[in-house]
Amino acid sequence: MNKYEYQFAPDSFELVGDKVDISKDVVAPVVPFWLDVWRRFRKNKGAVIGITVIVLIILMSIFMPILSSYKFDAIDSASANIKPNAQHWFGTDNFGRDLWVRTWTGTRVSLIVSFAAVVIDIVVGMTYGMISGYFGGMVDTIMQRIQEILNSIPTLVILTLLMTVLEPSLFTIIFALMFTEWIGMSRITRAQVLKIKEDEFVLASRTAGASEVFYIFKELRTNIYSQLIVMAMMTIPNAIFYEAYLSFVGLGLTVPNASLGVLINDGFNYFLSYPYMVAIPVVVLALLMLSFNLFGDGLRDALDPTMKEM
Amino acid sequence: MAERERILKIRDLRISFKTTNGQVNAIRGVDLDLYKGETIVIVGESGSGKSVTTKAIMGILANNAHIDSGSIDYVWYDEKTGERQERDIVQMTEKEMGQIIRGRKIAMVFQDPMTSLNPTMPIGKQIMEPMIYHYKNSKKEAYAKAVELLQLVGITDAEKRMKNYPHQLSGGMRQRIVIAIALSCDPYVLICDEPTTALDVTIQAKILELIQDIQKKKDLSVIYITHDLGVVAKVADYVNVMYAGKIVETGTINEIFYDPRHPYTWGLLSSMPDLDTNEDELYTIPGTPPNLAHPVAGDAFAPRNQFALNVDYEIDPPMFDVPGSATHKVASWLMHENAPNIQMPASLKHRIENMKKEGL
Amino acid sequence: MDKSMLKYIGKRLLISTVTLFVIILVLFLMLKLMPGTPFNDEKLSDSQKALLMAKYGLDKPVLVQFFNYLKNMLTGDFGVSYVINKNMEISKLVGSAMVISFKLGIAATILGAIVGILLGVVAALNKNSWLDSLATGVSVLGVSIPSFVFALILVYFLGAKWHILPTQYNSSNSFVSSIMPVIALSMSVIANVARFTRTEMIQVLNSDYMTLAKSKGLDKRTLIMKHGLRNSLVPVITILGPIMVNIMTGTMVVENICGVPGLGKLLIQSIQQNDYNVTLACSFLYAFMYVIIVLVIDVSYGIIDPRIRLGKDE
Repeated sequence: MNKYEYQFAPDSFELVGDKVDISKDVVAPVVPFWLDVWRRFRKNKGAVIGITVIVLIILMSIFMPILSSYKFDAIDSASANIKPNAQHWFGTDNFGRDLWVRTWTGTRVSLIVSFAAVVIDIVVGMTYGMISGYFGGMVDTIMQRIQEILNSIPTLVILTLLMTVLEPSLFTIIFALMFTEWIGMSRITRAQVLKIKEDEFVLASRTAGASEVFYIFKELRTNIYSQLIVMAMMTIPNAIFYEAYLSFVGLGLTVPNASLGVLINDGFNYFLSYPYMVAIPVVVLALLMLSFNLFGDGLRDALDPTMKEM
Repeated sequence: MAERERILKIRDLRISFKTTNGQVNAIRGVDLDLYKGETIVIVGESGSGKSVTTKAIMGILANNAHIDSGSIDYVWYDEKTGERQERDIVQMTEKEMGQIIRGRKIAMVFQDPMTSLNPTMPIGKQIMEPMIYHYKNSKKEAYAKAVELLQLVGITDAEKRMKNYPHQLSGGMRQRIVIAIALSCDPYVLICDEPTTALDVTIQAKILELIQDIQKKKDLSVIYITHDLGVVAKVADYVNVMYAGKIVETGTINEIFYDPRHPYTWGLLSSMPDLDTNEDELYTIPGTPPNLAHPVAGDAFAPRNQFALNVDYEIDPPMFDVPGSATHKVASWLMHENAPNIQMPASLKHRIENMKKEGL
Repeated sequence: MDKSMLKYIGKRLLISTVTLFVIILVLFLMLKLMPGTPFNDEKLSDSQKALLMAKYGLDKPVLVQFFNYLKNMLTGDFGVSYVINKNMEISKLVGSAMVISFKLGIAATILGAIVGILLGVVAALNKNSWLDSLATGVSVLGVSIPSFVFALILVYFLGAKWHILPTQYNSSNSFVSSIMPVIALSMSVIANVARFTRTEMIQVLNSDYMTLAKSKGLDKRTLIMKHGLRNSLVPVITILGPIMVNIMTGTMVVENICGVPGLGKLLIQSIQQNDYNVTLACSFLYAFMYVIIVLVIDVSYGIIDPRIRLGKDE
């Protein structure tokens, strides 16, 4: 059998298998969950660009209105309809208001509105889902039917009707937007609660009611946060859009207040003669929505790589 | 035994996968022979490359797989002229594979009958499809044959079942359907990839018997893939023990079960549960299979082998012939003339003695 | 048609009916909650108002009013417009608008679905190639950028700047002037459908039954047409619901930008001019269309995928 040209050493055939530890498993070093997520996230170019743009826009919307010498609602009829130049970087509107400041103020308002709405969405949705899932039975059935019916009314109609009744203000817009996305959150929560309820621990502690609730809540918190974060990131662009829609339709904030929707609505009136008036807020809006979507996508893939592998 | 006719000959097959974690050398030089009417079994742990080997035979490897070298020669007789044909299917185009080999010459039964049938197509249509496609049978002919096949695989009310959708049938029934599909174009070779793993224990034996029965009736050659030595004992003529993308021991069923030579085979046999052993003392092979994304130095089994020699860490052992047998081959340095005389563990020896007495 | 199918359709119908009932109830409550009476015209004297109230049955008990309202809504009698087109029956006002919106929506859905499915299938079949990246890029843009942005871009460039297409809708040349709004509306459909089709198709391509079908020796075209497409398109139907909502949301603004006299434009006009009755009628019609669409989709899904309707019985 010497067709294999190998020079055997004198000890080549010494038995060593009983001398080395053969029971050890060669396992890849354990990487902490978040580090793993971060590594995967970093690889996703779109997501990284997305979060960068989001942070940039947030920073701009915080600082630009403070730093600028113009006020977002200061009318200066002498300098109306000026195209973007060194003085007015984004130009001015029909009343001579500086669009640079208005854009960033408006972005700020839109962001505040959508963040607040999404936070409330999460709270309402989680509460609803927890109650529905925890009590189960009749309560669950009724709550699920209500949700099903609410879900079959288009968001847009709910929004329109609500805002027709309510006096438009920052608060009422947030309130109305709250109704748009909570159902998704409540579904996630309910599914998780139902799953946790199957846990042996809960089955065992059935008798001790208080600790059960506590346990479910604790488990829920650890199991659900990644899903909720992703959901929230995907919901924010919707909220931004709905705010813009409301203003555009005339049910949201109105001039001289600023929000992306108000700016788009206002700019649209002079669309053909001064396209920059509508183009600028539209670009910011589109950038924001795009970035949040990219970021949310990347986050989801990073948190749940099984989806990505396919 | 009459003249054995070899219909499948695999030599030095090497297959690698491109993954995000680099290249994985899944198959590292496999030799395999299949003779007409016989049954070979490829046995090994999951990830040892047994499924990849059979997928290569079918030409249904995943897109990121690449056959680096080797040949898969397949012999058949032309349906009309009866002329003998021999082709290396590694060299065949995808189109040729589809037209000549897949379904018609080699068919496959898959592991999980719950997922291997098209959920939106009635089962009758799924059985008829290859007949109509390959042989241009009329719908009527195909229908008649499909019903016949359903009866052959033991489905009662065959005509009625033709219109059923997969989800309306039990797992065992579905596996029978999969077998019927495999048989629809009268292949010579049937590959069964863990055909009973996903089934209830009570049904497993029935499906195995069915396959054996059909094998006899149709003079099929069968390749089984399994990790279950119980299945091996039941069906095999020849056994190939696979580890980390290589065949480490091959021989007749008696040679493998009564005279195993490779430490890995020893481990496998020792870990087989039987009636005498109670669960607690059931042997398991220590460690885990190697990650084939990394280069393997020496014998891939060495790190888990309590009988490893120094040379095992240096160079991969070649196939040694077991003296006195034309079929028994072992890839282990223990077979080398200079190797120390190492015998299988006493407990295994005892087991084998028992098995011999009981006749398996 | 078997029993389980009928049962399934019956259940869907019941849910839709209850939903519609709830919607009408909500609309009615809104009407009651609206500030002031519908007759806010200062020229009307109190007695005239009372006369009008009596005429529209607004002096009856609330429950009677509700059932009247319910009956009216279901028979398509939405009352009359008070502002936009004084005393014109809303059903007439709304009727033509709805037809236009409906046509636009259907056209955008069909266009979007065809392009989207093609894009998704091509992307899935050429996974990780430049075609895949292109399709992914298109769907990310389409999903995240609202349709009115596309409408603005189209109107500005194709319409105002290059004069290729008319900037505003024109009933005498409805086909050509509909092109821009339809394209703008179909962007999100293309994006969603492409994205979904791609995922589904990849899943199907990796499925065991595709491997089995492949092992039968079928060629690639047969494989994809007979086994792949159907299985990957069944789930795509489920997202047509959300997609139609997207389109509806889109039509409101896009119709305004492109000057299409559709339901969306009418709704916005009614909001801006405080014509409550018209607002409510439009909202009702939107909700109604939505409920019907969801119903049709659910039922057709049950027909196409036998597992859905039979699932629970076994």
